[in-house]
Amino acid sequence: MLQLLYFARLREVLATAQEEIALPEDVCDVQGLKHWLARRGGEWQETFAGSRPLRAAVNQELASNADAIKDGDEIAFFPPVTGG
Amino acid sequence: MTVRVQHEDFDVGAEIAAMRLARPDVGAVAAFVGQVRDVNDGAEVSSMTLEHYPGMTEKSLEAIVTQARSRWDIFDALVIHRIGTLQPTDQIVLVVVSGAHRGEAFKACEFIMDYLKTEAPFWKKEQTGAGERWVEARDSDETARSRWQEKH
Repeated sequence: MLQLLYFARLREVLATAQEEIALPEDVCDVQGLKHWLARRGGEWQETFAGSRPLRAAVNQELASNADAIKDGDEIAFFPPVTGG
Repeated sequence: MTVRVQHEDFDVGAEIAAMRLARPDVGAVAAFVGQVRDVNDGAEVSSMTLEHYPGMTEKSLEAIVTQARSRWDIFDALVIHRIGTLQPTDQIVLVVVSGAHRGEAFKACEFIMDYLKTEAPFWKKEQTGAGERWVEARDSDETARSRWQEKH
């Protein structure tokens, strides 16, 4: 299973803070998961295949598109950070 | 090294004194305090809500401080970041760095803030007269962080 978390503007537009999904067979990295989520259509497509900047973290560390994903991982998606 | 993410306000004087008095060979303490402004991008801000990623926030702040400690000869560093709803003039973030001399303490303090602004998972939502809006990340913050990759 994958634990997926969404924060800030993403949490609102997707109306989802977190969900658990089975690791899709064709997904092995962050980019693949984005494509898979975009296929849900609507706001999901807008968020994961659109032009707004998007950040990802794998197991609570910032990740790039090429970073691998495996069963049991915690994956988070969020906008560029704005703290401080 | 101390990292705290909290709703409560903090006492800058007490935090600086604790860092200063922790060891008698401290010769310099550098500190940065961030304050909530009442204006941003042309709109009046009545309040602001800070969201974060519990778990990752603490880890990323600790990683940033660890990196600062490996780059500069400092003794200790403290980061406090507030979450929840804040009003203009509220303190939002504190970074305190102690060392033997000011140069290393100043640099490490600025480095920690620049990395915090671009890597620590916090998001601000402003309440303005025209409604709520998520604050957009600034390119200038990315530029500020990237200069540390070139030189010390």
